[in-house]
Amino acid sequence: MTTIDIRGVEKNFGPVSVLKGINLSVASGEFVVLVGPSGCGKSTLLRLIAGLEDASAGEIRIGGRVVNDLPPKDRDIAMVFQSYALYPHMTVRNNMSYSLRLKRTPKKVIADAVAKAGAKLGLQSLEDRKPRQLSGGQRQRVAMGRAIVRKPKAFLFDEPLSNLDARLREQMRFEIRKLHRELGATSVYVTHDQIEAMTMADRIVAMNGGIIQQVGTPLQLYDDPANRFVAEFIGSPAMNFLDAWFVSADGAPGLQVGDQSIAKLAPPAGLPADGRVTIGIRPERIAIGGETESIGARVELVEPTGVGTVVHLEVGGQFLKLFTTDRPRIAADDLIHIDINSDDVRLFHPETGTRLRHAT
Amino acid sequence: MRPVTLRHAGYWTFHYLLVALYVIVALFPLFWMLKVSVTPNDLLYTEGVRMWPSRTTIDHYTSVIRNTDFPLFFLNSCIVSATTSVCTTLVAAAAGYAFSRFQFRGKAAIAGLLLVTQMFPLVMIIAPIFRLFAPLGLTNSLIGLIVIYTTFNVPFASFLMQSFFDSIPKELEEAAMIDGASRFVALRQIVLPLTLPGIAATLGFVFTAAWSELLFALMLNSSSNATTFPVGLLSFVSKFSVDFGQMTAAGILALLPVCIFFFLIQRHLVQGLTAGAVKG
Repeated sequence: MTTIDIRGVEKNFGPVSVLKGINLSVASGEFVVLVGPSGCGKSTLLRLIAGLEDASAGEIRIGGRVVNDLPPKDRDIAMVFQSYALYPHMTVRNNMSYSLRLKRTPKKVIADAVAKAGAKLGLQSLEDRKPRQLSGGQRQRVAMGRAIVRKPKAFLFDEPLSNLDARLREQMRFEIRKLHRELGATSVYVTHDQIEAMTMADRIVAMNGGIIQQVGTPLQLYDDPANRFVAEFIGSPAMNFLDAWFVSADGAPGLQVGDQSIAKLAPPAGLPADGRVTIGIRPERIAIGGETESIGARVELVEPTGVGTVVHLEVGGQFLKLFTTDRPRIAADDLIHIDINSDDVRLFHPETGTRLRHAT
Repeated sequence: MRPVTLRHAGYWTFHYLLVALYVIVALFPLFWMLKVSVTPNDLLYTEGVRMWPSRTTIDHYTSVIRNTDFPLFFLNSCIVSATTSVCTTLVAAAAGYAFSRFQFRGKAAIAGLLLVTQMFPLVMIIAPIFRLFAPLGLTNSLIGLIVIYTTFNVPFASFLMQSFFDSIPKELEEAAMIDGASRFVALRQIVLPLTLPGIAATLGFVFTAAWSELLFALMLNSSSNATTFPVGLLSFVSKFSVDFGQMTAAGILALLPVCIFFFLIQRHLVQGLTAGAVKG
């Protein structure tokens, strides 16, 4: 089908630099999710691919062809907007067939295409209604129907689920993924919700401050974050971050938080001179243990969530969260011991936030 | 339950009373005009102030239509007002769309300039405009009036149209452009049908403004070919008397096209007046 290549793309709005040099390749048929906080530039990048904005620098290719100077209508892409952008004065049928009518496609072909798309999305009984007579979920399906009727080279989604309630969002996530499997179309999906990114993406592009922070599969970003931003953004409950430093006790290097030894680890490359480091540890990787080598902690709060328990702990004056699927019999102000496996500890530079790895 | 319903009923009676009072005050001058226009001249001053004359006549109407140039003035007004409202709306729609959708250098300066033109009292500009129009042959002509009315109405109409376009989400045109429409086609097929209330409101405002304009019509025209009806009404005021009967008859006749025009667009007008205020 179609690849999308973005090379050295920058975008400025007056003096404000929103995208600062983006390089990304989307493979044919891939479902790529751009994720990041508000203002990170993900929607701007999507609009540049669509042609709704012009790039200040760099090249955008769709299907190998440079499209920088092509208007949106000539790029053969379809977009689903956050607000659906359905034409209020047209029926569902006319909304879906608008693009084909613009191309003066024969009426029979239009009717077939609309019927097929309608059947795929469960819209058959709604074709004569106007958008204002539809629910949010129905409108979203019509917006998707309008996109798939065109059989475009690529699909662009701009936070399409943000306006839906939680349950509907879950259902639509599944339906969008199912549709992607059936159609196999190259898709770029923008969201600020990291759960959507994790569950839907073939690859995630994490963005912050107009720069791509990391590109990889969901589990790559989860297990092997490139920096503190990605580690903090992906995963819920979020990763714990503690200030620690490397000490050499009896020749064996170790990681210390407060006055407690956390793990036996060799110092990584790029460690600051004073040995300070930020460590990251995911809540579900902390175990409640009782051995002598464990770390002492004081329980601050116990939150049963049904699917598991979140325990808020205080270790050496710093706070962290533990997640377990058990229901431990502990209460606030208890002193317990916790276990942390050295393999689960991630090291970050305390100032820049870059991931520090061991030179191998 | 009873005390609450009574208080409720009392509130609504008071409410309708106030509305009725306002309607009476607003419509009374029109009623008085109608009453004077059907009062024969001999009863006009002799019967004193009455709600309705003892004898009515349509002589004033027939006299206005047959014996004066009023039909010509009326026609001139119709031509000038209709053309002005159409031209102004076309220009204002284009300008309003540009202000609403585009960012361009000098946008603030142009908007500022448009506002500044609204700050001048018209009396101040009559003489310079006359100096401009006379050599161009635009005095004593309907075209001159259309030009000057359009010029003075475009700023206000542009801002009015801008607020109507602002209430249409940008994403609608973007969706249309992605679907395969050029920006102009998107404007024509998607945006304009949704701004019909705004267009109706603008047409209505400009038509009314042009219809009742007196100053330029009086100052720029001296021959009766290009005279509009407000100036024509003045001709019923002579050095020694005022022919109230004919004047009010002419006034009632002049009300008719405006009433018909508003009747046709009033369905769109209410929506148009409030739609600009709240995001659609």
